[in-house]
Amino acid sequence: MCGVIDIADLTVAYDRRPAVHHVSGSFARGSLTAIVGPNGAGKSTLIKTIVGLMHPSTGRVERHGLGRRDIAYLPQQADIDRSFPINVADTVALGLWNETGLWGAIKPKGWNRVADALAHVGLEGFGHHPIAALSAGQFQRVLFARLLLQDAPVILLDEPFAAIDERTTADLLAIIQHWHEAGRTVIAVLHDMEQVRHHFPQTLLLARELIGWGPTSQVLTDDALRRARALAQGWTNNHNHLAGHAA
Amino acid sequence: MSLYATAIAPFADYGFMRRALVACLALALGSGPIGTFLVLRRMSLMGDAMSHAILPGAAIGFLVAGLSLWAMSVGGLVVGLAVALLAGIVSRATSLREDASLAGFYLISLALGVLIVSTRGSNVDLLHVLFGSILSVDDQALLLVASISTLSLVALAFIYRPLVVECFDPGFLRAVAGRGSLYHVVFLVLVVLNLVAGFQALGTLMAVGLMMLPAAAARFWASAVWSLAALSAFIAFVSGWAGLLVSYNFNLPSGPAIILTAGAVYSFSIVFGRHGSLRNRYFPGAHFHN
Repeated sequence: MCGVIDIADLTVAYDRRPAVHHVSGSFARGSLTAIVGPNGAGKSTLIKTIVGLMHPSTGRVERHGLGRRDIAYLPQQADIDRSFPINVADTVALGLWNETGLWGAIKPKGWNRVADALAHVGLEGFGHHPIAALSAGQFQRVLFARLLLQDAPVILLDEPFAAIDERTTADLLAIIQHWHEAGRTVIAVLHDMEQVRHHFPQTLLLARELIGWGPTSQVLTDDALRRARALAQGWTNNHNHLAGHAA
Repeated sequence: MSLYATAIAPFADYGFMRRALVACLALALGSGPIGTFLVLRRMSLMGDAMSHAILPGAAIGFLVAGLSLWAMSVGGLVVGLAVALLAGIVSRATSLREDASLAGFYLISLALGVLIVSTRGSNVDLLHVLFGSILSVDDQALLLVASISTLSLVALAFIYRPLVVECFDPGFLRAVAGRGSLYHVVFLVLVVLNLVAGFQALGTLMAVGLMMLPAAAARFWASAVWSLAALSAFIAFVSGWAGLLVSYNFNLPSGPAIILTAGAVYSFSIVFGRHGSLRNRYFPGAHFHN
C-alpha cells in the first residue's frame, strides 16, 4: 500500500464492541472517495480514527508524515453547538489556526481571506451574523469556508449534506469537485447513493467490516448493498435479542 | 434617607464593609468569566456539585488547624480537584455519565464534610464553613481572593481561544490542536480555585451562586463570549454591592442577601432580556425605548 493514507487491519471499538472491524486499504493521493454504508456501519468512527480523534483497538492508520495542519476535518453538525455565541467571521477565521496558533492575532490580510472565503461559499456580508441565526445550509457553507482557509491537502467530511437543502448541496458539491481537480484528497461520509454514483469516482462500502473499496461502479453493486443490509439487519436483531433478554 | 446615606455611607464609615466590597469586586472579576464558560460548556450543575466537593477538604483543614484560612483553602482545593478527577475517571471507566458520578461524589463529600466539622467544631463553626461570612473577611483572605482572581484572568487569557473552540466545536479543536482534555483540566482547576475563593466569603453552599447566577443572567443580554464574561463580572459586582447594602440596611445575613440580589437580576433577565427571554419569545414585537 502506498496511498496518501493507508489503513492496515484496523479495528476500532467502543466499550470493547467493535464499530470498525479489520479494515485494510489505501486512499490514493488526489482521490475523491465516498464512505457509505447502513446506519451504525462505523463510517464516522472510521473517519474520526483517520483524523486522530479516536484510537485504533488493533491495526493502524498510516498517514505518511501528514501532520495536523495537512488534514482538514468537517465534523457532523450534530457535534457542534450551534447556539454558541460566536459570529460567522470568527468561526471561519478558525480556519487560520495553523497560522495563528493558540495566541496569534489575525492580521487584516487574514480577515480579507475570511471575507473572500465567505464570498466563495455565497455568504458575502454575513460576517457579523451570529451562527445561531443561520439555517443548517448556511451554517454548512460557513464550515466549508473554514475548510477553504485551512487549505489542507487532505480533506475529510463527515456527512456534509445531512439535512441540507438542494441548492446548498449543489454549491458545496462544486467546491468538492474543485478540490478534487486541484489534486487534493477528499474523503466524505455520505448517504445518498445517487449522489455518490454521480460525483464520487471511488467508494468505500462499510458494514462494520469492509464490503468493498474501489471504483464506485464496481463497489456499489446490488449484491454488495444487499450484503451490507443483511449485516446491518444482523446487528439490529442481535441488539433486539439482547434487549429482550435484558427485559 | 439620602442616597449617600443608603448607598455609600456604610462603605465610607466601616472598614469591614469596604473589605467586603473589595472582596466582592475580586470575586466578581474571577467568577464572572469562569461562570460564563461553565454556562457555555453546559456545566452549570457541575459547578454546583464541585462547590459541595470542597467541603470535606475545608473540614479537614479545620480539623487540623481550626479556622485557619490557608489550611481550609488548601484542603478545599486538594479535595475539590480530587473529586473532579475521580468523577472523570469513574465516568470513563464505567458506564455512568460524568454528571451522575459527580452527583454521587458531591453527596458523599457534603455528608463527609458535615460529619468531620461536627466531630470537633460547634454549630457556629459548621455554619461558617457552610455559609461563610463576607463581613469577617480580613486582609489575608482578601489577598487570597484577589490573587486567585488575578491568576484566573491570566490563565483564561492563555487558554481563551482553545477553550472557546472546545465549547462549540470540540472535534475541530482536537483535529487542529489535539489536547482538548488539557484545556478542560486547566479549566476545572480554575473552577475549583474560584470556588475556594468564594467559600471564604459566601461559604461552600453559596460560593457557586456568584459564579452561576450572573453568568446565566448575562446570557439573556450579551451575544459574544467576551461581552458575556464582562457583563457577568459586572452583574456579580453590582449584586455584591447591592447585596451588602441590603444586608446592612435591613440587618440581614450578607451571603444570602448577595446571592438573592444576583437572583433578582437573573429573574429580571429571564423576563426582560434581549436574547431568548420570555418577552422576546412571547412578545417579539414589543420594544423598550431608552
